[in-house]
Amino acid sequence: MSAPLLWIILPAALAIPALLIHNRRILSIFGGSLAVLLGLIALILPIDQALQVGSFSFKIAPDIEILGRRLILTPADGSLLAIFYGLVAVWLFGGEVTGTAHRLTPLGLMVVALLVASIAVEPFLYAAILIEIAVLLAVPLLLPLNQAPGPGVMRFLIYQTLGMPFILFAGWLLAGVESSPGDLALAVQSAIILGLGFAFLLAMFPLYIWLPMLADEVSPYALGFLFWVLPTITIIFGMGFLDRYSWLRTSAQLSQTLSLGGLLMVITGGLWSAFQRHLSRQMAYAVIAETGFSLLAFNLSPEKAVDAVFLLIIPRSLALLVWAMSLTQLKEQVESLRFSTVQGLARKHPVTTAGLILAHLSVAGFPLLAGFPIRLALWEGLASQSLGVAFWFLVGVLGLLTGATRTLAVLVMAPQGSGWEIHERWGPGIMIGIGVISLFLLGIFPQILRPVMANLPAMFEHLGK
Amino acid sequence: MTITAWIVSGLVLVTSGGLLISRDWRLELGLLGLQYLGVFWLTSLHWPISMAAIKLVTGWMAIATLGITRLNVKEAEEGTKQLWPQGRLFRIFTAGIVTVIVITAAPSVEEIIPGIGLPVISGSLILMGLGMLHLGMTVQPFRVILGLLTVLSGFEALYAALESSILVAAMLSTVNLGLALVGAYLLTAHKPEESV
Repeated sequence: MSAPLLWIILPAALAIPALLIHNRRILSIFGGSLAVLLGLIALILPIDQALQVGSFSFKIAPDIEILGRRLILTPADGSLLAIFYGLVAVWLFGGEVTGTAHRLTPLGLMVVALLVASIAVEPFLYAAILIEIAVLLAVPLLLPLNQAPGPGVMRFLIYQTLGMPFILFAGWLLAGVESSPGDLALAVQSAIILGLGFAFLLAMFPLYIWLPMLADEVSPYALGFLFWVLPTITIIFGMGFLDRYSWLRTSAQLSQTLSLGGLLMVITGGLWSAFQRHLSRQMAYAVIAETGFSLLAFNLSPEKAVDAVFLLIIPRSLALLVWAMSLTQLKEQVESLRFSTVQGLARKHPVTTAGLILAHLSVAGFPLLAGFPIRLALWEGLASQSLGVAFWFLVGVLGLLTGATRTLAVLVMAPQGSGWEIHERWGPGIMIGIGVISLFLLGIFPQILRPVMANLPAMFEHLGK
Repeated sequence: MTITAWIVSGLVLVTSGGLLISRDWRLELGLLGLQYLGVFWLTSLHWPISMAAIKLVTGWMAIATLGITRLNVKEAEEGTKQLWPQGRLFRIFTAGIVTVIVITAAPSVEEIIPGIGLPVISGSLILMGLGMLHLGMTVQPFRVILGLLTVLSGFEALYAALESSILVAAMLSTVNLGLALVGAYLLTAHKPEESV
């Protein structure tokens, strides 16, 4: 048994028969259980270490060879796999109550397998192609066959596809920089092309125009899943570049570019969220700001930066999960998610409304919620370097908070004299409730993540050291 | 060999320009088929013929996928969304501007990637440039896929000179076929009342 076989090929292979299952509940339980199992194996069984169970001895080999290239998952990747598959399991279990299981389980599993492969592939540059294949699979995940594709879906496909050539080409140029480190012009050219590639993949300012458009068109739950999974893996892929090329890692210009890019995303994401009148679009702007937080995290001191980037993963996933699930529930009740059509829904869907608002507040870094500890650490770290950056960071966060407050105001704005008529469904209500409790738990006791997060920086040889 | 390569670069200029200007999907797929022939030739300058043939076969398979799907899509579903001015003269004019930029930029790119040859660089930059222009002018699924396939074929012609791994060739072929399949999916996706 090898690790890539277990965490890449097995879920991808099992996703194929899942395409033939039509029962949403079975699909959701199947996908969720598989992801839980894979997450638990990653948590319990160390990779590349012999284990003895009675008279039976076995070892999970770290690599597998395909057409002369290797897929390798080292022991250091174990924690990431556990977190990743654990979070995927929660998303897949939620597929049943949101009505997306028939697309989310098979296609989601394939997308996840490909993204894990992108972390494992060597040379690591090929990850760009695997991410592109995952993007292609994401199209039917986002868009059911009975819905005409809108401009958001098309732009998603265009922008994500354009990232791949830039990154592959930049990889070739970077190899040239490695062999002739004195060639400054080549270094600048390769950094610009690499930056363009990641700007496309991460939907960085100003290339995020498709994000709110897409949020307007497709299922919030499928979108939330992709908004979590794609940027997370892309950021880890980007960290691979920083780990490999020391000149890139130590470049002051790169640090400034990331800082500026991240800040622009936080500010614009926050401000557009404050003025937005569409609930799905608000989630998209919050995602833009979230990516901005991750980019800003690279600006912290090297030993803190890696920790900060990883600490953003779980709160991001949890907040998006609760947010997307709440949006899906509201979308079932109204024609559109515009403010004008969702007024007063809190009286009928109090749990869903609470989930929506608390997830929004968590992304904004509101105290006691999951996003707060890491936002505070990030803000503190940035303030120690530049008060200007810390101020603009605050502007973005205030924008997100304003968006959450406006949403709350609209949702509770029922006509005078109207009473409470609760129409909440049990299944989604319970899941949103558990999600909200988890947001509070992570906000109040952030240290519970320590045991699983502690080993993550070991994934990189140089970064964070 | 160089003269032939320049002729092939001219061919891809004609085909990608034709893709931008034409509004008949059959003609567009024909032009795309010819374009893949050009890409095959440009790739074969750096790869063995048997490996370069992957580009041709993959490209033609993508065309077949799109063609079969497009046959079953109502004519009226196309041409509804326009982003920019769509006049033929405008498209010829913008294609001309992109071509001039490519001709100007090709020698500088050759300095960064020496040893590939100006015809290959020009051909691939023309494909990428006109493909990008195509993508900037439309959000119609069929045309977006044609634009993406054009951009990717330009990139692949260039990248073949830099990377000769079989795995990369296979993965890029998968991306091309995947794009065609996604295109087919997007062409058939529509609201229930629109079904034929």
